[in-house]
Amino acid sequence: MEKVQLFTTWSSPFVKRIVWALKLKNVEYEIIYEDLANKSPELLKYNPIHKKIPVLVHNEIPICESLVILEYIDETWKDACPLLPKDPLDKANERFWAKFGDDQVLPSFFGYVMKQGKDQEEAKEIALAHLKRIEQLLSDKEFFSGESLGFLDLAFGWLAENSHPLEVVTGLKVLDEDSFPNLCTWKNKFLDIPVVKESWPDQETLIAKCWGLGRSRSNKRYKREEDDAVDALACRDSGSPESLPSDENTCG
Amino acid sequence: MGGSDVVLLDFWPSMFGMRVRIALAEKGIEYEYKEQDLLNKSPLLLEMNPVHKKIPVLVHNGKPINESCIIVQYIEDVWNDKTPLMPSDPYVRAQARFWADYVDKKGEEQEKAKGEFIEILKVLEGQIGEKPYFMGEAFGYADIALVTFYSWFYTYETLGNFSIEKECPKLIAWAKRCMQRESVSKTLPDSKKVYEFCLQMKSKLGL
Repeated sequence: MEKVQLFTTWSSPFVKRIVWALKLKNVEYEIIYEDLANKSPELLKYNPIHKKIPVLVHNEIPICESLVILEYIDETWKDACPLLPKDPLDKANERFWAKFGDDQVLPSFFGYVMKQGKDQEEAKEIALAHLKRIEQLLSDKEFFSGESLGFLDLAFGWLAENSHPLEVVTGLKVLDEDSFPNLCTWKNKFLDIPVVKESWPDQETLIAKCWGLGRSRSNKRYKREEDDAVDALACRDSGSPESLPSDENTCG
Repeated sequence: MGGSDVVLLDFWPSMFGMRVRIALAEKGIEYEYKEQDLLNKSPLLLEMNPVHKKIPVLVHNGKPINESCIIVQYIEDVWNDKTPLMPSDPYVRAQARFWADYVDKKGEEQEKAKGEFIEILKVLEGQIGEKPYFMGEAFGYADIALVTFYSWFYTYETLGNFSIEKECPKLIAWAKRCMQRESVSKTLPDSKKVYEFCLQMKSKLGL
């Protein structure tokens, strides 16, 4: 009997890609939510080097680093939904762009939307330049991985998932249809994939989280009717199981 | 035709370029080596790596592959009938990838204090333990990713005035074991030559 556990916070962009991969492969797993301000002994035991999430623990054996975990999932549960292509050149290209996404695009995107004033203007140039490169990858395909969803789409899934919530909160439309038509089309297709659509947190919860992040960073009070609910949910990037929807504690 | 369908754009003291050279040597692949001037980058380099403009770049049948660890895995996938470089077990493979990634991440933090650098080496020493190679009995991907830094150890020791062997004897024993392989000993440049190069660069940059 296989035992698969995923140590995570409830909304990290590096974690959802693992959740989606496990669901696409029909792997049953248990989610263990971590409070990053108070890391569990298990997390420190399973990831003593970086002490970070996500960590996948398969039959008591840990695998760390989200892109390494994705490849492990693909190689271990080979039969359902292959994620990486077979062709060595295509595989190398997906690995290259996934690394570029994590090293360059993600930090520049979040840097742009979270900064203010002059810092934001500088961050904007870098973020938009990176996004233009990614836009070109979709010039002749529906998904980053080709005709169907794959490794590289999961690697860029954070962009699909977070762009609208951040837009609502900051008023910055980063992925506008005129500048990034391919990315916008891809984003909508990606968010419509059943395992993505059905996975929690949903867009409304992410919006609530972004409100909370915005408030805690700028000390400005945004006008919201449900402020108590926002505070309770959005600012806490951790999880005691009681505070979160019960169907996410054990997942199939 | 020889090896002209495999071309390597590289720079001789680069630890990242050395990884690719070792992998090619392990597989017995003939290739054309093209030394790059990184202060005056060639149109070919800029065409083959427009995103990062860096070496190494492997050009296979005219198509570029970038990023040293990705190139080594590509070599493994294409020439899969030759000496395997990746472990066969998915978990051990994941571990090998993790450690290669660890070294790259730590290597990016350039201006490291001596103490931090030694700490990193000690982590690696702890991982090797009593094993002959990084992932066990067989030389492979993780060893290739890490051993190329050995050619720079003399430079670090001389500039930092410390002995790596004293701090991490198992790491040095492992590196020397790797150097007994022709693919490694013929690839890694002479340590003193690397040190002279480093001094020249420092002087050029006014450091």
